[in-house]
Amino acid sequence: MMPERKTMRDAFIEEVYKRMHTDDQIFFVSADFGAPTLDALRSSFKERFINVGIAEQNLINVATGLGLEGFTVYAYAIAPFITMRAYEQIRTNLALYAQLKQINVNLIGVGAGLSYDVSGPTHHCLEDIILMRALPNFTVFSPSDWVLAQQFVDYSLAERRPKYLRFDGKPLPGIYNTGRRADLQTGFAELRAGEKLCIVSTGYMTHTALQAAQRLADDHINAGVIDLFMLKPINDDLLFKALAKYSHIVTLEEGFIEKGGLDSMVAHVLEKNRADIFLKRLGFQDSYVFDMGNRQQLHKLHRLDEASVAGIIKEFSHEY
Amino acid sequence: MNRSLQEPLLSLLWEKARWIRIETLKIHKIAPETRLASSLSVVELFAVLYYGKILSFDPRNTASEERDRFIISKGHGAISLYPVLADLGFFDRSELANVCKEGSFLGGIPDCIVPGFETINGSLGHGLGVACGVALALKQKKRSEKVFVLMGDGELYEGAVWEAVMFAGAHGLDNLILIVDSNKVSMLGYCRDILDLEPLEKKFITFGWQASSIDGHSIGQVFTALQKLKHARGRKPRVLIANTVKGKGVPRLETDPLSHIKNLSPAEIDSLVAELS
Repeated sequence: MMPERKTMRDAFIEEVYKRMHTDDQIFFVSADFGAPTLDALRSSFKERFINVGIAEQNLINVATGLGLEGFTVYAYAIAPFITMRAYEQIRTNLALYAQLKQINVNLIGVGAGLSYDVSGPTHHCLEDIILMRALPNFTVFSPSDWVLAQQFVDYSLAERRPKYLRFDGKPLPGIYNTGRRADLQTGFAELRAGEKLCIVSTGYMTHTALQAAQRLADDHINAGVIDLFMLKPINDDLLFKALAKYSHIVTLEEGFIEKGGLDSMVAHVLEKNRADIFLKRLGFQDSYVFDMGNRQQLHKLHRLDEASVAGIIKEFSHEY
Repeated sequence: MNRSLQEPLLSLLWEKARWIRIETLKIHKIAPETRLASSLSVVELFAVLYYGKILSFDPRNTASEERDRFIISKGHGAISLYPVLADLGFFDRSELANVCKEGSFLGGIPDCIVPGFETINGSLGHGLGVACGVALALKQKKRSEKVFVLMGDGELYEGAVWEAVMFAGAHGLDNLILIVDSNKVSMLGYCRDILDLEPLEKKFITFGWQASSIDGHSIGQVFTALQKLKHARGRKPRVLIANTVKGKGVPRLETDPLSHIKNLSPAEIDSLVAELS
């Protein structure tokens, strides 16, 4: 059976829409950005759906004002713009404020990594993990499928602090709809147990990791896969326990590496525990992507497609 | 309901303004890092808002739903609110001796760590957008309290302000009252020489606001205008442009386009305080 393909935003908004019928304390604010499931929400809740226009700074500021008055707010825009255009608003009005008082504003950024492949580097989002993780008092969530995204609605309502939800732009197959469980408090799930080597990935790249692991299995290399979806806060001890079973770790992310992203998180956990584990970081090098092509083609160009990743890991495994 | 300004309130407000100016100078003496000139242009505005009973507030319950929300977006110039808040019981008067000192919650720029302040301040251009969200929230809750915002004219250079101006106009946020402290001076000189902001009233009106201007140092004009704005109807956000003088009360600052970054010596402060007293 083919797992159902769906966008994270549709699954998430569908659930928020349901909650808005019974919870009148929810506002949904958009910077003129839509989704098929958003149409029902905005026609049913005209007073609690606000379109601020293409104005991400004001999106954050208006969301903050609503949050100050106790409402749960979802602020919705394209990932690179909600994070980077409005970063200082996020820092001042949400991250700083949340250290003193409670505020529940959930920033939904759609278009993680190269989701908007052909729209070029302004629409690519390779910095958000690094930038959003840098903010104290923030939660950073990077799901790998729509099931996990939908599951996060409960958490977003219960945990009353600012959060960044890093959603993919494309419909992706489910990972957690086939009996796999994800615990948001744990923050990660070991999707595949391996020997010696494990891939730690987040978001879209978890799909690539699973495919690469499958390919490696054909070559008798048994690679584990850990899907790290809660990027902040992370449960250091539990994560280290999971990593400590391996001698070789490969991090895989659709973002810049060696500047504070997923790779840096894992490196920090290993270093903190003085672990004798080899680490290889896969992601984007220190340059933007002007190449044209679809996501798979761009990944291939940057050696982040399933075949390239499997090849790199195979080579890495020779160091056993 | 509109009240006219009569004695003894008129004298009380003048007296409070004089006292706030003295206390602000004293604070600047112990904390020269504070921005004195931009704190002095808003003295009459604070006096009327707090002692003229324009704002509804409860010093013992700063989160009360029944308070008017006052967002002080020009955080740099809010040192003159410290004595007012202490006087009204938001915190102990003895704290005024500790501004910018180790362990104090009263800093050079106040945040909501100070009782009576609603938001994080110091980064300019956020207050109006945040106030738009608060105004929407109050409407959703069907509450009649108002949202006041105080901004500097130099702050109007921030682009996010105009996103909010557009938003408030389009949404007809008639529970939102913006006061622009138009003291004509930004950090490096006169606004008219940096990027002329005039005609300012017209700019707001074009965006769907109701706009008016007054002399921001005339207690009578400030009181009458704020009374009117608080009780006005008309499905439009309102802006009051208070024409003020940066460094008001300190002759050396009043004429200096760089007054924002000028400090006074302790001796100068002592003689000014003696004069005002």
